[in-house]
Formats: sequence, structure tokens, C-alpha cells
Amino acid sequence: MNALIKPLGFCVVLILAFGAFTYILPQVKGEAPEEEEVLVGTLTMDSFVAMGEKVYNGKGTCTLCHNKLGRAPDLLTYNVVKVSQERMANTQYQGKATDAEGYIRESMLEPSAYVVKGFGKKGSNDTESPMPAVDQAPIQLSELAIGAVIAYLQQKDGNPVTVALPTAAPESDKMDETVDASPAPPESPQEVIAKYGCTACHSILETQSVIGPNLNGVGKRLNIDEIRTSIIDPKAVIADGFPPIMPNFPAMTVAELEMVAQFLVKQIEAQP
Amino acid sequence: MHSIWRLLLPVIMVAVIGFGSGLFPSTTMAASGKAEQHSAAINSDGAEHESIAASLPAPKLKRSDYPDIGTSSRAIVWVVAQMHLFFGALVLAVPIFVLVIELIGFKTNDDRYDDMAHEFMKVSLTAYAITALFGGTLALSLFLLYPQFMSYMMQAFGSQVLVYAVLFFLESILLYIYYYGWDALRYGNRKWIHLTLGLLLNGVGTTLLVVANSWSTFMMAPSGIDPATGVVTGGIWEIMKGPLWNPLNLHRFLANIAFGGAVVGAYAAFKFLAARTAAEKAHYDWMGYTSNFIAILAFLPLPFAGYWLMAEVYAYSQQMGILAMGGILAWLFVIQAVLICTILLAGNYYLWTGMARTEGGARYRWLTKYIAVVLVLGFLVWITPHNVIYTGAEIAELGGGNHPMLGPLGIMPAKNIAVFCMLIFTFLSFQLYRRADKEITVAWQDWGNTLMIAIYIIAVANVIFAGVYYGYFTNTVYKVGSSVIQVMSTVVVIVAGVVIDGLMFKGARQLPVHWGKVSDRSQYALFALPIAFTWLMALMGYIRSSVRTHWHVYAVMEDKSPDNFIPPLATVGNMVTGITLLFLVFVLFIFWIANLSGTKQVPPAIVSKPAVAEGA
Repeated sequence: MNALIKPLGFCVVLILAFGAFTYILPQVKGEAPEEEEVLVGTLTMDSFVAMGEKVYNGKGTCTLCHNKLGRAPDLLTYNVVKVSQERMANTQYQGKATDAEGYIRESMLEPSAYVVKGFGKKGSNDTESPMPAVDQAPIQLSELAIGAVIAYLQQKDGNPVTVALPTAAPESDKMDETVDASPAPPESPQEVIAKYGCTACHSILETQSVIGPNLNGVGKRLNIDEIRTSIIDPKAVIADGFPPIMPNFPAMTVAELEMVAQFLVKQIEAQP
Repeated sequence: MHSIWRLLLPVIMVAVIGFGSGLFPSTTMAASGKAEQHSAAINSDGAEHESIAASLPAPKLKRSDYPDIGTSSRAIVWVVAQMHLFFGALVLAVPIFVLVIELIGFKTNDDRYDDMAHEFMKVSLTAYAITALFGGTLALSLFLLYPQFMSYMMQAFGSQVLVYAVLFFLESILLYIYYYGWDALRYGNRKWIHLTLGLLLNGVGTTLLVVANSWSTFMMAPSGIDPATGVVTGGIWEIMKGPLWNPLNLHRFLANIAFGGAVVGAYAAFKFLAARTAAEKAHYDWMGYTSNFIAILAFLPLPFAGYWLMAEVYAYSQQMGILAMGGILAWLFVIQAVLICTILLAGNYYLWTGMARTEGGARYRWLTKYIAVVLVLGFLVWITPHNVIYTGAEIAELGGGNHPMLGPLGIMPAKNIAVFCMLIFTFLSFQLYRRADKEITVAWQDWGNTLMIAIYIIAVANVIFAGVYYGYFTNTVYKVGSSVIQVMSTVVVIVAGVVIDGLMFKGARQLPVHWGKVSDRSQYALFALPIAFTWLMALMGYIRSSVRTHWHVYAVMEDKSPDNFIPPLATVGNMVTGITLLFLVFVLFIFWIANLSGTKQVPPAIVSKPAVAEGA
């Protein structure tokens, strides 16, 4: 019996040890993209661009390859609009686009129209792209989502957004669940602060909270760049004595960020 | 005997000929009449011909299309499918090496091999019934819980599933004849009949494996269908021969043998620990050694098969490949590293302790500590993650998302160096063990040893150079190419080692081997092996299945069930742990049954006689 009990105990402990190892790894859940109806008529350009960013980082699965690891060009590291013009002028370009918007759209729907050197399918001599057409399975982006991604890629480097905002169409389109479909974007810094619930932790706008640093008088401590950084990447610098619990606001548009940053930098009067 | 063949041959002929000629259509002809279409298909001979395919598009499901039985359907199918795969792997693998052992016994005229092969089959036979039970439960579960999905799969594979059923009958018949006919067909020409039966058994078993694999690979990388709609456009051969089919066939074939060897090794270890006589200990020590030999031998080329499989996954869909290796599932490869390192450490440890039973083993003992150092360093590099989730303060302190020193060890080139070095040094342990019971006598032994050492040094240098240069100083395309150099370096060491040793062992003086003279502790390595293999198989099976994400059939039929998400890693760990524990329970049952079959109750009259004698 002893010949069985000891090995059995050894086996059970080993099995449980392997299982316990999974607990020290990051616990991330990969949700399947859910479809949610978005009322096209309520979109503003800011929310349209924000939608594009969400799709880019979410349902579009663009960042799986377009990242710094070198599987595909990292689109966030260069001006996509400017580079598009250069690519269209290249003799290897096989597409039909005449402007940056068309080029970006074409690269999403027909990725092999122009393959960046070194990123083609193995053995294709950079004539065939490994990227799937984004309107086909498994990605299946809608026309609305494709337009939003183009708008985001244009706007991220300060280029004018040329994609027409789909405002008039009465029909709805299906979008990723994370899309912010709020109909009315904030028009004042106070509305931005209210929208993102800043007052839950910070003292500002006549509310009091001690969870996060007091933002009354923040303009005396931080310049506008530091304020922007604190909002975009709250964990970059943690104020002494406060826990690192402030979340990121990936849905915050550039306009909202500017509005609130400009407002905060002017808060130079410290209040209790 | 003739009557059995008269019965079997027509069935085999129908299956083989029908399979090749497309007798079994992939779709139910004119199933509904709604979507009949003509399509050009290429048959297995390569000739283009016009065929009629009648098929419906892949259904687009809603959540309400899935029956709700009050618990997770995926969890049920997950457990049952994995148990079926475990036992299926065991019953398909064991007869492969049993046949080889039987052949060795026959050629060397050594009954010990024959007895051991027979005993291995005893373990496999009980597992066969359990495989069938889990297989039936799996089929019922799938039809109950995923009816639309199964309907589509039946539409795609059509009568091929009946071929599978026929093969299963054949497998059963051959298995029982092979096992129960062992003693009746043991000597002389009859042995050839028995060996032929074993060959047929393995032929049918391997065919079963590849047929079932085609279902899995079709779900991952469907072929023979219209990708936009899922309508079946090709014949059964086109549906089966998807891009991942052969890589998976090879990978599972090797993995099954390694797994089967490890499980019967645990049986031998259990029997060794329970043995009461020196003869029993010697027998089960030898059996455990042989099992470990089989498991490690099949395990060594497994990374190469895995590499081919992943390369094909990348070629089919870069997105799928990156999801597995660089996305949410990538963390699970850290656990894979722990498991494979456990296997390598256990396998090596068993070999080192096993040298104690040979009188020539002491010559090489000094080397084991260096091999251990390489294995441990390799393990540490392998489990180093590329990045972890940091706090803002930690990022600020590190100066970025990656550790400046350990960050470079987190990427694939470093891990490839670690893995290939571990494999090369595991082979060194293997080679030393094989040399431990021999005294080489050939005149050129110094040259031979020098050549072997040079091959080791060049191979290790090559592995390190290719990994560092191509991995860190060139772009991604060349990074992948560097693995080929590393694979070739490792293969050269293994092949050269086998060939050189084979030549050097000619006329070698055999040193005494004292079977049974190993520590009890060494047997725990034989328990660690199947546990790590089982956990690993369940984990890798999960990863392979999960790369489909929210698709039943990738990019064709979407999974809209409540379980269509990738669960957190701890949930995966819990499931795999639970399944492995369940497998352990069933394995204990198998061992108990195998043991029970050899137990005979002493007749009451005999028991009472000594008492009478004592009284008298």
C-alpha cells in the first residue's frame, strides 16, 4: 500500500504545483467581439476618431502585428499620411489610390497592393502580404469601422481627417462593443471632468476628495505637458503619498484632452 | 484463421479503395436542394473533373441556438475530449513500440522482450475500452451541446465518419486478436503472423489518428470549402488535406509515443516499488528503463515537429500564429517551459541514477553536474518572460517596459538557444548512459571520441551563434530562419552520436548491468514524466484549439455560444489540473485491473492445509 500512497501523493502534488503556476501569470480574459448597434447619425468627428482608435486596438486586431516587435510596420511610430504619399509614388505600388485616405483604405482591403520591404509572405519576394483583408473573416470590419480607423490614423499625427463623417445615414451599423456611442461630446472642460468622473478622486470644481492629488492649484506644480502625460499615462509618475490607481482613459479624444489640460494648467489658486 | 481473413479483407478493401476513389462523398447529396452547385474539383489523382456538390453555407448562429443545460457546455466537452485524447494517444502509441519490442525479442530469441511487450499490451487493452467510452460520450456531448456545429461538420465530412467507424471496428478486432493470440502465435512462423497482425493493428491505428486529426485541422484551417460562405466545394480529400493536417499528424504521432512510453513507465515504476523479490525488481527496473528510453527518444524530435506545425500556422494565418505565440495565449508557453523542463530534468535524472546499475557508469558521473548546470540555466532562460505587468513606479525605475538585463532573454531567440542546448545535453546524458555498460575496444576510439566532442562543441557554438546573431542583429524574417540552423545542428549531434556509437560499439566488451539495483527515488522520475506529459498535452491541446478564438471553424463558422471567450489563465490551469487528476484516477484503475488480472486466489483447501499440517 505504501508503494502506492507515496507515488500517488507525489503525482497529486506535482499536478497541483503546475496548476498553481498559472495563478502567478497575468489573468487576462480574451472576450469575443460583441456586436452593438451604433446610431451613425449621432457621431461627431471626435467620437468617430476615438472609435477608430478602439477598433485599431480592439476588434481590428491591428496591434497583434503592427507593433514594435517587427511583424508588420508599426503605424504608431510614423506619419502614415506622409508615408502613404511616398508609397504611392513608389514603382512597386500596384494599387489605384490617389490620395492618403484611398491608400490606407486600399492597404486594409487589398494588403498586397503594396508590401513594405521585408514584410511580405515568406517566399513571395515582398509581393504578397500576410495581412488578411479586414472586411473579411476573421476580422470582418464594417465600412463604418474601416472609415473610423482611417480617420484615427490620419488624426494621430495631426493630419486633417478627410474621411467623411457618416452623419446623414439613418441606418445603423454594427460595431465593436467598446465603441463609445455617446451622442453628444463634451463642449467644456467641466463637462469633460464630469464625463470621466475625475471628481470621484480629485478635488476640483468645488468638489472635495482626498483619494487623489488636489487639482486646485495643479497649474503651479505641473506644466501643460506634464498634465497631459498624467492623464494619458497616469502611472508614469505617481504623486507621493497616493496609490497608483488612476485608470487610463483610452476613449478620451484629443479635443477632450486638450480642453481639460488647458483648463487644469490655469488652476493656479490652491484651495483646501 | 482463414475465416477471419475472409471476413476482414473485404472490409479493408472497401475502406481503402473507397477512400481513394472518393466513394464517400463529403456532403450528403441533395440534402435540401437549396444550395446545389457545380464545382470543379481535383481528385486525388490530380485530374480535374466536374463534380456536383450539394451543400448549405455554414450556419450563422445566435446564442439561443445553443442548448442550455445549466452548466458550461465547453467545460463538459473540454474534459471529455481531453480524456478521450489521452486514452486514444495511449492505445494508439503502445502497440507501436510493443511491435518493435516484440520484433527485437523475436530476432534476438530473448523471451524477456516478448514478455515485456505482452505486459505493455495488457495496460493498453484496458485503456482501449475507456477510450471508446469517452469517445462515445464525446460524440453524444457534441451532438447535444453543439448541434448546428456538428451538423455542419457532418455536412463537410459526410461519409468519411463512417470510414472512421469501420476503422474502429477493425482496430478492435485486430487489437483483441493481437493481445489474446499472443501465446498461441508465439514461436516459429506463427510469430510472423502475430507480427503481421501487429503491423496491421498499427496501420489501422495510425489511419484512425490521421482521420480524426483532419477534423481538428479543418476547424483551424478549413480547406475544400468556399471561404466566404462555408459551402463545401471540394471532395473529401481536399477537405482533409488542409495546411495543418500533416504537421499535426507528425506532431501527434511522436507525442503519442512519448506519452505512451511515459505512462507505461509509471506502471513499471509502480510495480518496481511494490516488488517483493529481486527478480521482480530486476524485471520492472528493466521495463521502466525501456519505457523511459521510448519516451525520451520520441520526445527529442518533438520540438522539431512542433516547430513545423507553428511555421505552418504562421503561413496559414500570421494573425493566428501571433495570437498563439505573442498574444494572450503566449503566457501559457511559460508553463510549457516549466513542463518541458520537468520532463527533461526527470528524464536526465533517471538516466544519471540509472548509471548506478552499471559497473562502467562511474566513468561518466563527473559530467552529470555540468549537464545539470546547462539544464537549469536553460530552464531559467526559458521561463523568463518578455515582460510582466508593472506598476508605474516600476516602469519608471526600469526605464521602460522591459528589464534592461533580463528583457533580451524573454524573446524567442534566447529561448531557442536554451531549448536546443537542453536537447543536445539531454542527448549527451543518453549517450553516456548507453556507453556506461560498455568498454569500447576499437582501435580508433580516441579519434572517434575526439570527433564526437568536436561535433558537440561545433553544434552548441552554432546554436548560440545563430540565436544571437540572427535573433538580435537581423530583422524578423531572418530570426525565423535561424531556427533551421539550430534544428539542423541538434539533429546532426543526434544522428552523428547514434552512428559513431554504433560503429564504436562493434566488438565492445559488455560490462555487467545489475537490473533492480537502483534507488527507489529514481522511480519518482518515472512518475514525474507522465504527469508532466499529461499536463503538457492538455495545455498544448487547449492552446491549439484556442487559436481559433471565437470561431468553431476558423473564419467560416462563428462561435456564438456563451463560452466563446478565451478564459483567464488560472481558469485554464484549473481545468487542465482537474483533467490531469481525473486521468490519474483512471490510470490507477487501469494499473489495478492489470495487476488484478495476474492475481490468483489460493483455493481454500490449499490455504487450510498448512494449518492442518501445523496441527499435526
